[in-house]
Amino acid sequence: MAERVLMKGNEALAEAAIQAGCRHFFGYPITPQTEINAYLSRRMPKIGGTYLQAESELAAVNMVMGAASAGVRAMTSSSSPGISLKTEGISYMIGSDLPCLIVNVQRCGPGLGGIRPSQADYNQATKAPGHGDSHILVFAPATVQEMVDIPFKAFDLAERYRMPAMILADGLLGQMMEPVVFTDESAKQNEKPWATTGHENKRPPNFVTSLYLDPAILEQKVTERFARYAEIEENEVMTEGSYLEDAELVVVAFGATARICRGAVNQARTMGMRVGLLRPVTLWPFPKKQLRQLAGTAKHVLTVEMNMGQMVNDVRLAVSGAAEVHFYGRAGGMVPTPQDVLAEMRRILGGEQA
Amino acid sequence: MSVVYKKSPVLTDAPMHYCPGCGHGIIHKLVAETLVELDVVGKTIFVASVGCSALAYNYFKLDMVQSPHGRALAVATGVKRALPNHVVFTYQGDGDLAAIGTAETIHAAARGEKLSVVFVNNAIYGMTGGQMAPTTMPGQVTQTSPYGRSTETAGYPVRVCEMLATLDGVAYAERVAVDTVPHIRKAKAAIKKAFSNQLAGRGFSIVEVLSQCPTNWALPPLQAIEWLKENMIPYYPLGVFKDTAAEGGE
Amino acid sequence: MVNKVTIDEAVCKGCALCTMACPKKVLKLDMGRLNIRGYHPSTVASPEKCVACAMCAMMCPDSAITVEKEAN
Repeated sequence: MAERVLMKGNEALAEAAIQAGCRHFFGYPITPQTEINAYLSRRMPKIGGTYLQAESELAAVNMVMGAASAGVRAMTSSSSPGISLKTEGISYMIGSDLPCLIVNVQRCGPGLGGIRPSQADYNQATKAPGHGDSHILVFAPATVQEMVDIPFKAFDLAERYRMPAMILADGLLGQMMEPVVFTDESAKQNEKPWATTGHENKRPPNFVTSLYLDPAILEQKVTERFARYAEIEENEVMTEGSYLEDAELVVVAFGATARICRGAVNQARTMGMRVGLLRPVTLWPFPKKQLRQLAGTAKHVLTVEMNMGQMVNDVRLAVSGAAEVHFYGRAGGMVPTPQDVLAEMRRILGGEQA
Repeated sequence: MSVVYKKSPVLTDAPMHYCPGCGHGIIHKLVAETLVELDVVGKTIFVASVGCSALAYNYFKLDMVQSPHGRALAVATGVKRALPNHVVFTYQGDGDLAAIGTAETIHAAARGEKLSVVFVNNAIYGMTGGQMAPTTMPGQVTQTSPYGRSTETAGYPVRVCEMLATLDGVAYAERVAVDTVPHIRKAKAAIKKAFSNQLAGRGFSIVEVLSQCPTNWALPPLQAIEWLKENMIPYYPLGVFKDTAAEGGE
Repeated sequence: MVNKVTIDEAVCKGCALCTMACPKKVLKLDMGRLNIRGYHPSTVASPEKCVACAMCAMMCPDSAITVEKEAN
C-alpha cells in the first residue's frame, strides 16, 4: 500500500503497529490517545488479533507483560497519567528483559492537568521509567509519517535488545492529520527462545522473572543489561539536523516542538542569522556525542520544550560547558510559536549582531 | 511392590521453603498431580504471584512467569490471549488476589477469561511475616492487628468465591480446604475441574483453598489445623458456589 | 502382606500432619533425635499396622513419604 493516505496520528500509529506484526493490544481510554484504542478495536478482531480494554492502565501493561512473555509482539498506549500507572509494570518488564511497545501521547500535567499537548514526561521516560536501575528505548516522532515508521523500528530494537520501547508522542501529533505512506517494511520478528510457550517436554522450563533473591546474581543481571544499554548508546542514536554546518546557535528540540523551531530556524536563516536545528528522534539513547561536537563550533545552544526544562539538563551534560546553554519552554498545554522561538534567538544572538 | 503414592514428577528435587505444616506444599502437590493426570504439563504456563508462593519457581518443572504483586490475573490474561490453546493458571495468596489484585481478579472473572485460578486463603500475609489480610478473621491477632482485627477500623473479611459467583463470566467457583485427607481429596477434584474447564474452553474457574499458616498464626501445625476448622470454615463455608457445567449451562 | 512406607528424613520438617492423618497410628515423631534440618523426624513406628492407604503421603506438605503395597 504505497500510496499516500491522509490519517490522524493516533490511527496511523495503530495501523503501523499492526503492519509491524503486533496482534495483541491492551489499553484503556484516556484523551488524547483514545483513537489508538478505538482504531484497534475495529481492526484487531478482523485479523485474528486481540483488542482488550482492561480495567485500568495498570492491568493493561501487565497483560502486555503476559503476552510478551509468551513471545508475541504486544503493545499498550496511554497518556501521561495512565503512563504513571504503568511504571510498575514497565519496571517488571525491564527486569524480566521483555520486549514490548508502550505509547505515551502526552498531555499536560501534573495530576489530571489538562488534555492539551505537553512534553513534560521526558524525565519519566528517559530517567525513571520504573523503579530500579533501568532504561527503556524512547522514540520521539515529530510527524505523522514518523508515527508510522517508528513502530517497526521500536519493535525490532525492543526485541533485539530485549527491553521495552516507548514512543513518546504528544496530543498535537496524536490528533493532527497528515498524508502518510505505509512502506511494506518487513515485520520480521526476532527469535525468542526464552519465551514461556510451554516446554512441550522437549526443553528445560523457561522462566520469565525479575526476581533474583541472590544479590550477586541480580547485580550480574543489571550489569549485563547496562552493557546492552552502552551498546545501544553507541549504535542506535537517531537524530535529524538542519543548517548545522555553520550554525553559531543550535536549537535542540524534539517532537512537535521541533517542527515549530524549524519554522523559526528557516525564518532566522532568511534574516542572515547562522542558526541550526538538531532534532533527537531517539530521546534515549540521547545524542550526547553529536551535541558535544556541535558545541565545539556553535557558541550557543537553545533548547525548546513544552515543559519547564527537562531535556535541557541532558543538553547541559552533553555540552559540558563548551557552549552557552539557553532554554525556552511553555507548560500547561501552551504551545510555543515560531515567533516566540525567533524572539529568543534574536535575544541570544542580539548581543552579537547589534 | 507397587507404588501407591510417590512424589509427582512435575515437582523438582528442591526442598520447599514453606514452614512446617504449611498448606502451600500440599496444594502444590495437588496442582502438579492434576497436570500429570490431564497430560498437559508440556503446554502449561504457571503465572506466579508474590507472597510465600513467589518461590514456586523452584518447585515446578513448568514454564513460568513471575508477575508483580496482585497482577497475576492480568499477566495470565495476556499469556492466554497470546496462547489460547495452552493451559494458563495463576497461583495466588489472599493478599495478592483479594487485596492489591482485587480489580484484576474481578475483571478477569467478569471477562470470563479461560483461566484456572488456585487461590490460597490463609487469612494472613505470610511472606512478609504475618500481617492482616483482607481475609483475616475478626478478632484475629496479626502483626498489623495486634489487638485483634477490629471490624470497626479494619472492616470485615472478604468471601471471594461468593463475590465472584455473581459474575456471569465465572464458570466455576468452589471453596475447599487441605486440613484433612478427605478435604484434600475434594480439593484435588476441584483443582482438576478448574483445569478441565479450561481445556473445555469454559470461562473463569477459581478454587479457593483454605490453608493453615502455623508460623504466622503462632500455632503448632496440628493446632493450626484445629484453628482453621473452628474459625475459618464457619466463616468461609466449603462448597461449590458456581458450576455452569453442572448446571447444564453448556 | 507387608506394606512399605518410606519417609525421606532429610525433607521431613516434623510437622506431624502425617501422624494425624494415619488412621492406624503407624507414624510417630521421633522425639529422641533431630534430622539434618533440626526437626524431630516422623518415623514408621509400627509398620505392621500399615494398610497402604497413603493418607500420610497425601497429607505430607513436602512429598517426603512414599507408600508401596505388596502386589498380591
